[in-house]
Amino acid sequence: MSPLSERIQEYLPLLVTGLWQTIAVTLLSLVLASALGLMWALMRSSGSRWLSLPARYIVEFLRGIPILVVLFYIYFVMPEVGLDLTAFQAGVMGLALTYSCYIGETFRGGIEAVDRGQIEAAKSIGMKHGKMMRRIVLPQAFRIALPPYGNNMVMLLKDSSQVSVISVAELTMQGKMLASSTFDNMTVFTMVAALYLCLTIPLNFLMRRVELKMGAAT
Amino acid sequence: MIRFENVHKSFGKHEVLKGIDAEVDKGQVVCLIGASGSGKSTLLRCVNGLEDYQSGRISIEGETIDAHAASIHAIRTRVAMVFQRFNLFPHMTALQNVMEGPVHVLGEDRDEVRARAEEHLRRVGLAEKMDFYPSALSGGQQQRVAIARALAMRPDAILLDEPTSALDPEMVGEVLSVLRDLAQEHMTMLIVTHEIQFAREVADGVIFLDQGRIAEHGGAEEVLSRPQNPRTQEFLRRVTHPI
Repeated sequence: MSPLSERIQEYLPLLVTGLWQTIAVTLLSLVLASALGLMWALMRSSGSRWLSLPARYIVEFLRGIPILVVLFYIYFVMPEVGLDLTAFQAGVMGLALTYSCYIGETFRGGIEAVDRGQIEAAKSIGMKHGKMMRRIVLPQAFRIALPPYGNNMVMLLKDSSQVSVISVAELTMQGKMLASSTFDNMTVFTMVAALYLCLTIPLNFLMRRVELKMGAAT
Repeated sequence: MIRFENVHKSFGKHEVLKGIDAEVDKGQVVCLIGASGSGKSTLLRCVNGLEDYQSGRISIEGETIDAHAASIHAIRTRVAMVFQRFNLFPHMTALQNVMEGPVHVLGEDRDEVRARAEEHLRRVGLAEKMDFYPSALSGGQQQRVAIARALAMRPDAILLDEPTSALDPEMVGEVLSVLRDLAQEHMTMLIVTHEIQFAREVADGVIFLDQGRIAEHGGAEEVLSRPQNPRTQEFLRRVTHPI
């Protein structure tokens, strides 16, 4: 076998293309999951049964299914009913749906933790529900929800490796292929783990900084 | 201006207001007193629809208050409220708190509102604190910002729910003195309070609530100095001579 430094140089380009895919999958599903999650949370705290019950059932339903099954379902079953998706699209969709539940619950927790007095004060100056949510409740709810939201982000990043099962060529998938063609499991998977840490450690650090800054502003 | 006609209100089976009839005229200051659980805060909160009531009628300048009607939002812009625990918006500075309603609910011009808001904050003695967040202000300062926030709406009347009860004793005076100024300018106010001395000095009328009923209602001097009802006498004795 060639020396370690040469092997690292040989594997790195392939793993980095996988890393970019991981970042793309994570960011896209994070944006979608956050938007959907916010929608579930707003529906559940709308005060209307017609909105809150469907949101509750959707969240309960999706949370009860493992990510892998959701991914298989979207990638393999949807084409049978006419919805043909690329592996990448199916992967983003599956992650986004699953994580919209976690993120939705995180936002809902934040909304419910806002002091009742804030809602009364907003009402007492004549605010209607929508404006009250936008200007008074959500800014405070986001601040409360930020630490758990950061956790969700890191978990989503790590769970993006699950989309390798439907052949999305992200970091874990590239590692698996490289390892099976070179039999150099130790080097390849150590590099894969290190590359994930290159994302998660700065992300954790960033979240802490943002939390401190937001905390200081009140 | 604010009229209560046979107002009944229950929380489940428990009836907290058992037929309230009263009136607050324009420019009057009326204090609601009574033991805790007598229904005085509930009555106050019914006026701007933070609570609903089951029967009877509450009206402002003839317009009926219905907590569940769409009209409640417009009514609330005319009847401001000051809370026991201030309830300032913690993510906004004092000035932003005062500007929030006029700019974002009434849709008034931002520059014009800012000038007015600064003037209100100056009047309550907080010219130096405009850009502070509520967490950097004392309780008394926060409550004065809350009063400025209420005034900025240019309301027809202000409802105050035990405005000094959550304050440290040394801060009660600064808030009462702001309210005294407002009373002198004939701001219509309905105040739930335990400050009997303040009520005696400032109020035009005093309503003594006892177990959901008006036990005594009249001029401040009349009710507080020569109470007729034994419940009022007993209550005043306990409040003014606690030991």
